[in-house]
This record gives sequence, C-alpha cells and structure tokens, in this order.
Amino acid sequence: MSSACFLVALIPLISILYYTVNEGYAALNLNFFTQITPPIGGSGGGILNALQGTLLMVGLASSFGIPLGVLAGSYLAEYPSSFSNGVRLLADALTGVPSIITGIFVYALIVITTHHFSAWSGGVALGSIMIPIVAVSTQEALRLVPPEIREGALALGISRSRTLLQVLLSTAKKGIVTGIVLALARVMGETAPLLLTALGNQFLLTNLNDQAASLTIVIYNFGTSGDPRAVHFAWGVALILLLLVLGLNIIVRMASRQKLQANQ
Amino acid sequence: MNLRQLGIRSKAWVRQLVDKTLAWTSHPDPLQLLVLAAALSIPVTWPIIIDRVYVGSILAFRPFGLGFIIGSTWIVSPPGGGPPLLGALPALSGSGVTTIFALLIAVPVSLGVGLFQSELAPKQIRAPSVFLVEMLAAVPSVVYGLWGIVVLVPFMGVNVDPSLKSALGFLPLFSGSANGFGMLTAGVILAIMVVPYASSIMREVFAAVPKAQREAMIALGATNWETVRKSVMPFARAGVVAAIMLALGRAIGETMAVTMTIGNTAKISTSLFAPAYSIPSIIANEFVGSENPLHLSSLFALGLILFAITFLMNIGARLLIRQLSFKARRGHVA
Repeated sequence: MSSACFLVALIPLISILYYTVNEGYAALNLNFFTQITPPIGGSGGGILNALQGTLLMVGLASSFGIPLGVLAGSYLAEYPSSFSNGVRLLADALTGVPSIITGIFVYALIVITTHHFSAWSGGVALGSIMIPIVAVSTQEALRLVPPEIREGALALGISRSRTLLQVLLSTAKKGIVTGIVLALARVMGETAPLLLTALGNQFLLTNLNDQAASLTIVIYNFGTSGDPRAVHFAWGVALILLLLVLGLNIIVRMASRQKLQANQ
Repeated sequence: MNLRQLGIRSKAWVRQLVDKTLAWTSHPDPLQLLVLAAALSIPVTWPIIIDRVYVGSILAFRPFGLGFIIGSTWIVSPPGGGPPLLGALPALSGSGVTTIFALLIAVPVSLGVGLFQSELAPKQIRAPSVFLVEMLAAVPSVVYGLWGIVVLVPFMGVNVDPSLKSALGFLPLFSGSANGFGMLTAGVILAIMVVPYASSIMREVFAAVPKAQREAMIALGATNWETVRKSVMPFARAGVVAAIMLALGRAIGETMAVTMTIGNTAKISTSLFAPAYSIPSIIANEFVGSENPLHLSSLFALGLILFAITFLMNIGARLLIRQLSFKARRGHVA
C-alpha cells in the first residue's frame, strides 16, 4: 500500500524531468547563452539578461541574507532562553509565509517609496526569504556539535564568543554551508515575489535601480503566452533553472551523505 | 555583587535583569550583542509585514467594511461605469476548493509515503527514496506550472474531465464545460506539490516515535501493520495533524503553479471544471497594472487574509510539533 503511494508520488517527478530535458534540450544552442530574450513569438534569442538578473538578485539577497541568517542562527543555538525559543518559533513561522506575501510587503516597503520596480527590491525580497531559512539550518547545525567540544573550549578558558567563532562555527561548517546552499537554490526558483518587485526586463541590466529580468519570470511570461514558439523557449529556460536548482541540491546532499557515512 | 547583597528588595525578574546587566558590563561580550541584533531581524520583520500589508488594505476595508470578506463579486470596472465592486469571496472560494481538494489527495498519499520511508521500506531503499522526494520538493513552482500548462491541462481536458463528467455528471461538482484550465487541474497540481512537503514532515514525526514503542509491540508478536497502527500512529497523531496544517498553509499560499492552471476568472462556481481565481493567483495576475487605488488596496486586503490564515496554520502546527518532541523526550504515549 504505502510503497504504491511512494511510486504514485514519483510519477510527476519522472514526467517533469522527462519533458524538461526532452523539450528543453531542443531549445538550446550557443545563442541561448549569449543573447537577450526575444519578444514573445519572435525566434532566436537567449537568456543572458535573465541569467544576469537572477544571479544579481540572488547575489544581493545573499549579501545580507547569509550573514544575518548565520548570526541569528548562532544566537538561537548558543544563547538559549525563552526569548530565543520565541524567536525560533517566529523564524519557523516566517519560513511558512507565502512568498507572494513577501512580494506585497517589499512592494509596499520599497517599490511604493521609490516609485519604481527595481533589481534592489527583488534582491531584498529574496534576502528576506533567505534569513529565516539560513537561521533555522544554522541553529540545527550548531546543535549537532557534540557538547564535549563546547565544554572543552570553555574549560580551557576560551571566552564564549571565541568559542563560537573559532570552535563551534568551524566544527559545524559543513552543516551551515549545506543550509546556505539549499536556501540559495530555493530563492533562485522564486517567481511570485519577483513579479511584484523586479517585474522583468527585456534587456541587460545596467543599473540596479532598473527593472530586472529573471529566469523564473521568463518561464512564467513565455509559458503562459500561448504562443508555441514562446512555450518552446520557456522549456529551454526551465532546463537551465532546473539544472541550477537540482544541481545545487544534489551536490550538497551528496556531500552531507558522505560526511554521515564517514561518521559511522 | 548583586541586588540582594545590597539589601534591595525587588521582583525576581527585575533582580535577574539587573544581575545580568551587571554581569554583562563587567565581562562584555560584543559578539553576543551582534548575534542578538541579527536575531532581532526575525521578530522585527513580523510587525513590519503586518503593518505594511494592513496599511495597504485600509482603503478597501473602508467602503466595504468586513463585508469585503463575504462580498461575492469581483468587478474591477463595472460595465455601466461607477466604482469597482470588490469582494473576497470569489478568490477565497477558489482557494478553499483547490486547497481542500488537494489535501484530500495529498494527505493519504503523503501519509503512505511517510510510513513507507520511516517504517516499511527496506534499509537500502530508504536513503534513495528520501532523496527522490527531496528532489520533488526542490523543483521550482514555476516549472510545475509550465509542466501543468503543457502536460497536465491537456491531459485533464482530454482524458480525465470527460470521463468524470460521463460518470458523475449528475453532480453539480462535475457539470459544465471543461477545457482543462480550472479548479480541478489546479487542485491536482497542488496535491502533487504538497506531497513531498507533507510526507517529509510526516517522516520526521514518525521518526520521533521512540524505538521502545515499536520494539515492545514486535516483542508481543505484532505484525508490521499492527505495530504502525497500535503503537506508532497513536504516538504520532498530533504530529500528523501538525503536518496537515503545515501542508494546508503551504497549499493555500502556493502561487505560480495555480496561477498558470486555474484559468484566472473571478467567478464563484459549483463545478470543479470551472475556471476560478485563488487568492495568490489573483494577486499575481492583477497586482501590477491595477490602476484603481481601490482595486490595488483590495488585493492588499486579500493578501492580509491569506497572511492571517497561513500565520495561524504555521504557529498552531509548530506548537503541536514542539509539544510532540517534548513528549517524545520524556517517553510518554499520547
């Protein structure tokens, strides 16, 4: 019974992978990586501007999302109190806030105040999605550090902050990096918040105050256009996005599995 | 030195606070301040989100009042002119129908997958099966949406809808014309997306059941199935409820795949084949380019409703899970 459930759950995965690889591969050529997106219904063109937008906005998001997340996670793990318990609850709940709400929130915060859609606001939206994810995974990674290591460091008279910086964070490094990479993969595939903040752009970005394209927005716009050529193009973009997102996922999961086996 | 030594009477928490502050000033720990400041970004985000979304929706609640929630029309520009007539019910009902339908499929399937992975699968299969489900969870929702448009919508429109109609067409649920874009298809794609999420939580819930629980049953000569039913399930019940609540929160907030398959029409209909709107899909579709301030504000108000629902589901579920892991640590049975 339950193995049947498992097999049923796998059918969509196989179908999605099959279509993305099959249809997407046919859309690829050299121009696909060196040209900007064609108008819908037009032929040729590439994803250079979308790739640029995605990487820029994910980079912006990481620039504050990763440090804030790691530090917040360190607080949750190393300074336990009823307050940090409450913060953890709010962090968990924050990861459950639908990303379209994050879009509305950043729209109201930045797009309304600056009067235009921008790469900045897209980056802020993605970053605010990253913070709670990275914080929770960092806390979990630090929690896995054996208490003996923490106690040993403290017993040597090393201050608490030094213990955290030089002993605990480096011991838990692998787990923390895994969490960061998974968060990167997650925000790379986000569409809804970007629709309300970055909006999309047909051309290459020269200024972070301009609207920005992203791989996901291109898939959405082209996929829903109803034009067969555009849908074909969308599959190509989906293949690249899937390679990036699943690639990151597979790499870190392989790495963390090796670590587990080494420990056993 | 502390307050008591100074002979000052005070409440316990005041004493604690003063003592802690004194201790901190004599041995300052700047890193603690830094990590605390970073951690504060999480509780601080909440009031900002609520404030921004609420302020945006005031304009909509002013003319419509709470009647906005039960307003059954969504007409942005009435044909005869005049102000827009906007109510939440069309989007709310679309969200409700698709989410409930998705959970009806996804809950039993993910319960099965969770049990399979934690209890029944042979050891060698477990890790790869968890890996595959994780991959399913990692696929971006816009890719699900594209797959929905190209593969699932035609499949539903050509194969599933007509046969449902001929078998159950006497029910209003399965009446009317069907072209594949509608609540049924959106519900199916939601179910597909929720299964990996819900099943991974259920797997963790089952994994939290103490080993002794199972061993005792097996020692009594129970079969695998009896062990699951009599000793694992009772222990995990609260966790399963929490997993369902989290899945509901996830499904109701899912945007892209639903927007791409639900047909995007602001109408309430009894038929599952009919196109509709869900709250996230109406926001994604109409937010940018809404020129009437009342229209934009109504979209904010829908966002506020969605936010409230997901907030309640998430906090409730997390508290349930905490209670469960607390119980597991002490080894009690529900």
